[in-house]
Amino acid sequence: MFEVFKTIFLAIPKGLSVTFKYLFTKAITVRYPEQKLTLSPRYRGLHYLKRNEDGSEKCVCCGLCAAACPSGCIYMEPAEDEFGQRYAKVYEINELRCIFCGYCQEACPKEAIFLGKEYEFSNDQREKMIYKKEDLLVSIFGQRMKRPDARTGPSGGVRPDEHSG
Amino acid sequence: MLTFIIITLIKVLVIFVVFLLMIALLTWLERKLLGHFQVRLGPMRVGPHGLLQPIADGIKLLFKEDIIPDNVNKFVYVLAPLLTFIPALIIVAVIPFGKSIELFGQRIDMVISNFNMGILYIFAVASLSVYGIVLAGWSSNNKYSLLGGLRSSAQMISYEVSLGLSLIGVFMIAGSLNLVDIVNAQDKLYNWFIIRQPLGFLLYLVCATAELNRIPFDLPEAEQELVAGYYIEYSSMKFSMFFLGEYGNMINVSALATTLFLGGWHGPFLPPVVWFLIKLTAFLFFFIWIRATLPRFRYDQLMNFGWKVLLPLTILNVLITAVVMIL
Repeated sequence: MFEVFKTIFLAIPKGLSVTFKYLFTKAITVRYPEQKLTLSPRYRGLHYLKRNEDGSEKCVCCGLCAAACPSGCIYMEPAEDEFGQRYAKVYEINELRCIFCGYCQEACPKEAIFLGKEYEFSNDQREKMIYKKEDLLVSIFGQRMKRPDARTGPSGGVRPDEHSG
Repeated sequence: MLTFIIITLIKVLVIFVVFLLMIALLTWLERKLLGHFQVRLGPMRVGPHGLLQPIADGIKLLFKEDIIPDNVNKFVYVLAPLLTFIPALIIVAVIPFGKSIELFGQRIDMVISNFNMGILYIFAVASLSVYGIVLAGWSSNNKYSLLGGLRSSAQMISYEVSLGLSLIGVFMIAGSLNLVDIVNAQDKLYNWFIIRQPLGFLLYLVCATAELNRIPFDLPEAEQELVAGYYIEYSSMKFSMFFLGEYGNMINVSALATTLFLGGWHGPFLPPVVWFLIKLTAFLFFFIWIRATLPRFRYDQLMNFGWKVLLPLTILNVLITAVVMIL
């Protein structure tokens, strides 16, 4: 009986005062499509492939990224151009299997592949989540090329490393 | 006679519409306040600050498929939601929400029906809503529903005894069961029954929360154990009937507390109806606040608390009141 009164007259008002205090604290909700969280500078989002200053691709298709990849989501086929320079004829990343660990970026000897800050690239078709080389390459100025077939996904002109989040 | 009927019909219509609007607003208020209690925003998308959310919910519920499972007892299954909703609606009839006014030479009471057994009527009708829940649990032919229904009946019957007894003190002092007379007995602040009957008021609040099946007494629908309790099998408008009934009862209980303990419409400066609504809203806020704070009782705790603590205390309250009145 005594315990019950202690609960009613001490514990419950104390609990009520705690919740009442929280009623007037500012909500921490981020209203997503309008507001976005600021990303960490080390955020790992969608990949992009860099170019040299003369416009050629940095990637030489050595296969180290594919070897480093724990989920095996990178597929590539090498070829040689007219100057005998090795390049990737096919370079695909299956973004559905990718775990965004960033090992490809670490393994790359040519500093060709990076993980940018884009994360809004969901799609309703699995095939479209396999990103081809054209989808991953950026321009000399570091901007995304157009990806015409994707309904959503990264749009042209966006710098993948400076995505405001 | 004819004018009386017309006036009553108009009052019924106005109160019915206002009551349903209040239920809709209450669902919004509850979600909004719970959100802010949990440092969230609550509904924000539909209308300014989510104010039109109840309309969106209503439209959604209307267009949902109305499922009647194969193994249910169809008649009782359809009847049960009505049995919880209609009592909530008709209780409003005896609650006075303002002073009588003179209009075109006619005296208009701000209550649909001013009859002298008001409280008894409320108790009688309120206990009907137990049937709705029990029958819903039984007719659904589902173990969880049945358990929810049984728990609910056990809980509501145990707490109804205390609920009735907790109000006896008020009637003893007011000397009437008529709600208008009870409000008139509390014309000054020091006359309010919350001051003359503090224990009775606390006991009423506890029992009312239990009657409403709200946290911390929401065992009938305890979703962690019983999925959803008695209304698992219900969908569409039948499902929302239970919720309309529940929120309607919440308003009724708050209105009753206002009438019996907080002096009804009495208050300075503002019009009586406004005072009534302010006090009513304070109670609604309190119930939502309680929901945001307290955890659920265990079943044995619920029964022990009901029979071993509340019931003796209510009887003690009646005794004390009687002794003080004689002295």
